[in-house]
Amino acid sequence: MTKSELVEIIAEKQGGITRREAEVVVNTILSVIGDALASGGHVELRGFGSFSTKQRNARLGRNPKTGDSVVVPAKTVPHFKPGKELRERVGSAA
Amino acid sequence: MTKAEIAKAVHERVGLTKKESAQIVESVLSEIRQSLEHGDNVKLSGFGHFIVRQKHARRGRNPKTGSDITIEPRSVVTFRASPLLKNKLLAEGEK
Repeated sequence: MTKSELVEIIAEKQGGITRREAEVVVNTILSVIGDALASGGHVELRGFGSFSTKQRNARLGRNPKTGDSVVVPAKTVPHFKPGKELRERVGSAA
Repeated sequence: MTKAEIAKAVHERVGLTKKESAQIVESVLSEIRQSLEHGDNVKLSGFGHFIVRQKHARRGRNPKTGSDITIEPRSVVTFRASPLLKNKLLAEGEK
């Protein structure tokens, strides 16, 4: 399923909103989650999962083309942990 | 941040009632979950991909009793953040 398919489904199921409005809703949800993570926050969605950030230490990498050592700087990366309900539902479908 | 705060943002930005906003946030999450339940990956461009991966059976150990057990094959959800989302976090870190 892609974002536009999700928008389509939401517009159909939710009465009284246009496809365009459904699109704004989906984009709002995603950007609000992104903003929360960018400001170092944690987003907990009961029954779905939680988004948080993790720190990656700086490390020594290599330029695969030239073989030169380069310092890969420390960074913050997004992380998602599926919630219990999502884990169980997906797991049992195997 | 919780669903209630996301619903509040939807209410403010889209102009749906608070009740409708809460309900629509719930249905967005529920549609994503259902797609994943059916083994169908969910690709949200600009945000990331939720991918269903199959895990093989493997031998494990009950950490409490130490007895050998077989961990059954199962499906798990992984999340791959889009470069856009990753950059959003990096840009913030430099401030």
